[in-house]
Amino acid sequence: MENEAGALSRVAGLFSARGYNIMSLTVAPTEDPTLSRMTLVTVGSDSVVEQITKQLNKLIDVVKVLDLSDGDHIECELMLVKVSALGKNRKEIKATTDIFCGRIVDTTDTSYIIELTGTCSKLDAFIDAMGHSTILETVRTGASGIGRGERALEVK
Amino acid sequence: MSAEDLTGAEITIRCLQEEGVKHIFGYPGGAVLFIYDELFKQDKVKHILVRHEQAAIHAADGYARSSKKPGVALVTSGPGVTNAITGIATAYMDSIPMVIISGQVPTHAIGLDAFQEVDTVGITRPCVKHNFLVKDITELAATIKKAFYICSTGRPGPVLVDIPKDISAEKFKFSYPASVSMRSYDPINKDHPEQLKKAIRLIMGSKRPMVYTGGGVILGNATSQLTRFVQMLDFPCTNTLMGLGGYPATDKQFVGMLGMHGTYEANMAMQNCDVLIAVGARFDDRVIGNPKHFSNKDRKIIHIDIDPSSISKRVSVDVPIIGGVSNVLDGLIKLLMASKEKPKQEALKSWWAQIDQWRARDCLKYDRKSTIIKPQMVIEKLYEVTKGEAFITSDVGQHQMWAAQFYKFDKPKRWINSGGLGTMGFGLPSAMGVQIANPKNVVACVTGEASIQMCIQELSTCKQYNLPLKIINLNNRYMGMVRQWQEFFHGNRYAESYVDALPDFVKLAESYGHVGIKIENPNDIEDALKEAFKLKDKLVFMDFITDQTENVFPMIPGGKGLSEMILI
Ligand SMILES: Cc1ncc(C[n+]2csc(CCOP(=O)(O)OP(=O)(O)O)c2C)c(N)n1
Repeated sequence: MENEAGALSRVAGLFSARGYNIMSLTVAPTEDPTLSRMTLVTVGSDSVVEQITKQLNKLIDVVKVLDLSDGDHIECELMLVKVSALGKNRKEIKATTDIFCGRIVDTTDTSYIIELTGTCSKLDAFIDAMGHSTILETVRTGASGIGRGERALEVK
Repeated sequence: MSAEDLTGAEITIRCLQEEGVKHIFGYPGGAVLFIYDELFKQDKVKHILVRHEQAAIHAADGYARSSKKPGVALVTSGPGVTNAITGIATAYMDSIPMVIISGQVPTHAIGLDAFQEVDTVGITRPCVKHNFLVKDITELAATIKKAFYICSTGRPGPVLVDIPKDISAEKFKFSYPASVSMRSYDPINKDHPEQLKKAIRLIMGSKRPMVYTGGGVILGNATSQLTRFVQMLDFPCTNTLMGLGGYPATDKQFVGMLGMHGTYEANMAMQNCDVLIAVGARFDDRVIGNPKHFSNKDRKIIHIDIDPSSISKRVSVDVPIIGGVSNVLDGLIKLLMASKEKPKQEALKSWWAQIDQWRARDCLKYDRKSTIIKPQMVIEKLYEVTKGEAFITSDVGQHQMWAAQFYKFDKPKRWINSGGLGTMGFGLPSAMGVQIANPKNVVACVTGEASIQMCIQELSTCKQYNLPLKIINLNNRYMGMVRQWQEFFHGNRYAESYVDALPDFVKLAESYGHVGIKIENPNDIEDALKEAFKLKDKLVFMDFITDQTENVFPMIPGGKGLSEMILI
C-alpha cells in the first residue's frame, strides 16, 4: 500500500467496521520507500476471505492484495521470550532453545531472553515446550509472508 | 515566492473553478476564514449559506443526485465537521459523488487538543470513499484534483479534503493538474466478453426471467440502455427504492418497487423467477429480506455491478459481470441484436400471466372513500397535479414509502431519498440542492411532521435564496413508521412514537416568510395542491392532516423472506 499517514488505520478500521478478525498484522516500508508492505493474518470462510480481499482492494491507499495462502509461500515470525531460568532449569531451557534453533540473546542470574523465528505454529510449539510457568513475558511480531519462486507481488 | 504565488485559500477556490463548480454549500468558521475570504472576492463559485452543516451536505447531495455533477460543501473544523457527519454518511451509503472541504486547526496545533480540533480524517474515515489531510501546500491542488476524480469515478462516493488553516494562508504557485493517475486506484471499465456470452445463454434459456435494478442504474446514467434491454426481451422489471426512475414506472413491463414495502407482484416475481438479472443493485436486507429464505438452487443470478465487493456479498451469484452498468448493458444489447435466438416465448407468456395474477391482488389498494385524508391519496394527487414531472425528495418513514409506491417516476434522478442510511432530516435540505441544480423545475419534498423538524431551520435558507419548494407534510402526529412497527411487533405499545407539542406549521412557514396551508378534508387535496403549485416563486408548506392509523402495505417483517408479506 501507499506509504501514507493513515493507510494502516484504514485497513485496521475496515476490519473492525466489518467484523473481520485480525490475528496478526505487520507493516513496514519496502525497498521502494513510497510503498509499505503489510502481512495480515486473518481467519474466515472462503466467502469471508473473498469479501475481505475485495474490500481491501477498494481502499484507495491499497495498491495490491494477494492471498498468500492461495499458493506456496514462506511465512516467518519473530518472537522474544523472557523465561525464568534458575538452577538446573537453565540447562534444560538452553537445550530446548537449541532444538528450536533459537538463540539466547540476554541472560541474568534468574532469566534468559530467547529469540526465535519461524512459522506461527513453531513459535506456539516452543511456548508449549517451555511451559507457561517458566515464561515471564513474550512478544511476537506477527507473521510476514512472501510467495515462493516466481510468484511476486509486483507494483507496476 | 513569485508574484503569481497564490495562498492555499486562493488555490482552493481556483481548483473549484477549474472543476466547473458553480455552487458550494457551506457554513463559515475560524478554520475556513481564509477560504471564505477568497469566495467573497470572486463570483464564479456561488456559495449557499445553510443554517446547519448537516443541511450543507444534504443540499450538496441533492444537487449531485439530481444533476450529473458532484456536490461540493465547505465546513469549518470541529463542530462544523461533526455536524456534517450525518450528511456524509448518508451520501456514502447511497454512493453519491461529493467533495467536502473542511477547515482544520493549523498544522502546528494538530494533536494538541486545540480549539475546535477534531480528528476529521479519523472521524470521517468509515463514511467516506476516501479522505485527505493536506499537510503541505505543494500538494493542495493535486489533492483537490484527486478528490474530484475519486468521488465521481468507479462506484462514486463522498471524498473529504481537510485543509489546516495555515495551509490556506501559505503561498505556492498554482497549477491545476490536467489529469490524475494513481497506481492504487484504477476504476477503468474492462470488457468481459465471456461473461456477457454466459449471461446471454442464461437469458435465452430462461422461463421465468426477472430484471431487478438499483441505484447503480441511476448513478451510472444507464436508464436508456436498461429500458432498451428490458423492452427487447419483454421481461418484467422491478426497481429498488434507490433505483426508481431507472425504468419508466408507467410502462406495462414495470412491476413496481420490490422489497420490504415493495409490491406483491414484484416480490413474488423476484422470489419465483428462474433467471434473475440484477443491475447496479446489491441484494440488501431491505430488498430481499432474509438471504436464506431468498436463496434457491434453481434460480440463476446474473449480477452486473461496478463494485466487485457488491457481488456475492449477501447472495451468491452465477454470472458476475463487473463494470459500469451502461457499458455492460450496451454489450448485452449488442449481443442480443446479433443473436437469432429469442427467449422461450411460450414460457414467457405464461410467466406474464402469472405476474398479472399477482398484480390483480391490487396490493396498494386503500380506502378511497375515507373522510379522513389518506396519505396515499395525497401522493396520487401530487403525481397528477405535477403530471409526474416533479423532482420529489423525501424524508424517512411511512411518507417516504408512500411517495415511492404512489408517485410514478418515469425518469431517473427525479426521486431523491436517503435509502441506505435512512436519514430523517434529509428531505428539505436535499430539496434545496435539487432546486439549485434545476432552477426551472418543480421540486417537492414529501415529509412527515417528525422528520421535517430535524432540519426545519432550512426554511430560512429557502427564503434567502428564493427556493420555491413545495413541502408536502403528511402530518399523522406520529412517527408513523415507528408506530407501525410497534403496532405489528410490540403489542401496540407506542413507546415515544407520538409527536406532541407540534408547532402550527402554517404560522411557522409564514414566520419564515413563506406560504403555509393546512388541509384537513380529502376533498380539498387536489385544489390545495393546484393552488400551491400555481405559486411558482413561493415556497408553500402544505400541512396535510392525515389518518393516524394508516399503515404501509405490503410489508415484509424484518428477517422474513420475500414471499412472507403482510398484505392489506
Ligand atoms: C435521524 C433518524 N432518527 C431516527 C430514525 C428512525 N425513524 C425511522 S422512521 C421514523 C419516524 C418518522 O416519522 P415522520 O417523519 O413523522 O414520518 P411518518 O413515518 O409518520 O410518515 C423514525 C423515528 C431515523 N430514520 N433517522
